[in-house]
Amino acid sequence: MDIEITHVSKQFGTFAALNDVSLTVHPGELVALLGPSGSGKTTLLRIIAGMEQPTMGTVLFGGQDLTGHSLRQRRVGFVFQHYALFRHMTVFENVAFGLRVKPRIHRPREAEIRGRVMKLLSLVQLDHFAKRYPSQLSGGQRQRVALARALAIEPSVLLLDEPFGALDAKVRKELRRWLRGLHDEMQLTSLFVTHDQEEALELADRVVLMNNSVIEQVGSPQEVYDHPATSFAYEFLGHVNRFDCRVEDGKVAVCGGEIVVPSGTVNGDGQAVAYVRPHDIEIFNGAVMAGQPAVVRYLTAAGPVAKIELSLAGDGALIEAEIGRAQLHALDLRVGQPVYIRARKARVFSAAMH
Amino acid sequence: MAGAATSKSRIAAGEPLWLRLLLIALAISFLILIVILPIAAVFTEALRQGIGAYFASFDDPDVWSAIRLTLLVAAIAVPLNTLFGVVASWAIAKFEFVGKSLLVTLIDLPFSVSPVVAGFVYVLVFGVHGWFGAWFAEQGVQIIFAVPGLVLATMFVTFPFVARELIPLMEEQGNDEEEAALSLGASGFRTFLRVTLPNIKWGLLYGVLLCNARAMGEFGAVSVVSGHIRGETNTMPLYVEILYNEYNFVAAFAVASLLAMLALVTLVLKKLIEWRFGASTVG
Amino acid sequence: MSADAITVTAPKRSTGSLRKETILPGFGLTLGLTLLYLSLIVLMPLAALVIKASGMGLQGFIDAAFTSRALAAYRLSFGTALIAAAIVAVIGVIISWVLVRYQFPGKRLLDACVDLPFALPTAVAGIALAAIYAENGWLGAPLAALGLKIAFTPLGIIIALMFEGLPFVVRTVEPVLQDLDKEVEEASASLGAGRIQTFVKVILPAILPAVLTGFALAFARGLGEYGSVIFIAGNLPMVSEIAPLLIIIKLEQFDYAGATAIATVMLVAGFVMLFVINWLQRWNKRRGT
Repeated sequence: MDIEITHVSKQFGTFAALNDVSLTVHPGELVALLGPSGSGKTTLLRIIAGMEQPTMGTVLFGGQDLTGHSLRQRRVGFVFQHYALFRHMTVFENVAFGLRVKPRIHRPREAEIRGRVMKLLSLVQLDHFAKRYPSQLSGGQRQRVALARALAIEPSVLLLDEPFGALDAKVRKELRRWLRGLHDEMQLTSLFVTHDQEEALELADRVVLMNNSVIEQVGSPQEVYDHPATSFAYEFLGHVNRFDCRVEDGKVAVCGGEIVVPSGTVNGDGQAVAYVRPHDIEIFNGAVMAGQPAVVRYLTAAGPVAKIELSLAGDGALIEAEIGRAQLHALDLRVGQPVYIRARKARVFSAAMH
Repeated sequence: MAGAATSKSRIAAGEPLWLRLLLIALAISFLILIVILPIAAVFTEALRQGIGAYFASFDDPDVWSAIRLTLLVAAIAVPLNTLFGVVASWAIAKFEFVGKSLLVTLIDLPFSVSPVVAGFVYVLVFGVHGWFGAWFAEQGVQIIFAVPGLVLATMFVTFPFVARELIPLMEEQGNDEEEAALSLGASGFRTFLRVTLPNIKWGLLYGVLLCNARAMGEFGAVSVVSGHIRGETNTMPLYVEILYNEYNFVAAFAVASLLAMLALVTLVLKKLIEWRFGASTVG
Repeated sequence: MSADAITVTAPKRSTGSLRKETILPGFGLTLGLTLLYLSLIVLMPLAALVIKASGMGLQGFIDAAFTSRALAAYRLSFGTALIAAAIVAVIGVIISWVLVRYQFPGKRLLDACVDLPFALPTAVAGIALAAIYAENGWLGAPLAALGLKIAFTPLGIIIALMFEGLPFVVRTVEPVLQDLDKEVEEASASLGAGRIQTFVKVILPAILPAVLTGFALAFARGLGEYGSVIFIAGNLPMVSEIAPLLIIIKLEQFDYAGATAIATVMLVAGFVMLFVINWLQRWNKRRGT
């Protein structure tokens, strides 16, 4: 089922949590709502679920306007950040809940409930834990119970609020991969909220980047990472070095080098901000054409890429760079060593847009 | 993003407006009927024959001796129980030992014993026919039908108040700060005064307040051991009963109004402590 | 996540065994004082009662404890305490719900009023309730017009015990309701449960231990209550005479055996309630973790 959100705004008193947000989610898609705290991503998810009513705008499910419909009428599977499992019920009863509270005419018979719950539990690999209570499970297991419970009502869409937020790093990665596999199997339209860009980029078909109550950019993980549409997108997705600069004659001077600004991205000459990814910083041992002198301040070589922190000779500004290990050995870098750096490429935004 | 913003409107899991209003109206009515009406009645009955009659009730010297006796009993029982409460909480909250939960249960025991039974057991121990009654009588000390009996009975019924407040508070705070103070060379007693006491002072005050309110207002237990000797062994609640049974309603409610004011002051102070200190740490 | 390597997380106890090895001083002194004081003020007098009662012999005890007048008094005390506790359990849940969930003007004042019965001396409450429910009282008069007599009947006792018992329920249920995760209710609604189903299947089981604890506390208080009851009860033998009053009457008649027997019965009932309450509170705490 597709979800169409048109011109949705949400006001909490004087605070605008969402400001004219429009978004279409296609059937079977896995979409990430990504943004920092306070960006409005959770509010958007809650409005889709029917837990909040939008101040303005509409939410269509498969073309049907459900704006005024309550949570229980929407048949939306919702997985809560802290799982919200029913503490006094066993895992089995938690998953069965949605079936047991159906109106008598629609309620499946006990044997059928049993069968469906056990099927779901084996889907989330918890069939041996049916008789346990939530307090006897680990975080990752609880998360999967919450998922099974949400799936039990055969929802038309699945919504997950920070699904991995409360888990530790290792479990989080495993569960992420597992969830992706499950989604590919079930093809259920799904949205999840996260503030972790790595999670969004790795898991989602499409990423909806939110900031300050509006959508900054929508696109595939590749698109939003390689072509951030706004300076916020640039700063939020991955590490980045930021340079204040001036556009003159369609060019900027960044890191000693001159970079041509593609026409149309900046409104004429003037103050601008240039972003350079760490892996787009080149390091040289000797003086090079259009290079800028800098000093190595810190380096870590654990892992496939070496992370190097440099300070510029002029203002002492800190720059992050990433180079391959082979190159690190070739350069033979040490802390305190003077080097030259150059930006391979940069993305420039007018300062006014920022 | 979730916090402040979404906690305001919870349409999904809320009751319809009419039901909310109905429940609020029900709650208010219940509280008015069960709780507020009685306290209002105390003051209206006391002032039924005008303010002059109200103040005339206090011309009775027996009223003043009842007030003095109530203050005296509280002045002995409350500090002793406070001391006990602090000592017991230190032992229970700071150490692990066998039988601890039994000890906590026993400290709670007076809450489950009828005040009348509490008074009666002292009669059995210290009365004329009691275990020690004869011996004390030989020494010329009268306990039952005298002030010591009133104090003992009051101590029994107010026994758990302070300890009950302090034990969970001190357990929650753990031993880290005290251990730090000791490692810095402070003596045990100084550690208690400078580290523990500042941490528990609001909880302690709260417990003392409740203990005092109960001590001054206790009726059943002291009624058994008092003997109701006018001007000698009548505390204020006991004197209220006597006046009431003599159909001297204005005077009975006038004395009762003093106790009601004590209750109101206690409540206000209690709420002040809670609001100032956070309800989570007290009560 | 094929291998479920994660094992059951055992519920952590807040008081670890490390406590035993604390370097804090004063254990012997404070525990000694505590036991001494507890023994002198509470245990020894209660022991005196039990010893006195056991000296009566079984037959003597039964004869004194279960006279028809005493039986009527127990029935009245237990019955009225039970009914009053049941009523305030329901009312208390409503009041706690309103205080925790809704915002309205005057809420803080209302919240403060709940504690009034804790602070108001029982004798004061007793004469006030008697005045209100007497046949010429604020509520007594209109109710008498409807043919309902409250004061000087068992109904009056129930009213007085409701007054004393209400704060026990509210103050036990309130914090549990406060800690109740709202997400759980939203989860219930998102799974298709109606508001009533959510209340019955999700909220009520979660607060049930607290409600029962409050009920038990109110019941225990009602069993032994004296001051607030005797003014409104009428105190007619066999009809409206509560057990604590009967102890006093026996004592005034110098019937020590009778008083001892009845007091022992009431003490045992108090003990039983204490352990029931203890058990309920532990259940309540377990639920909270």
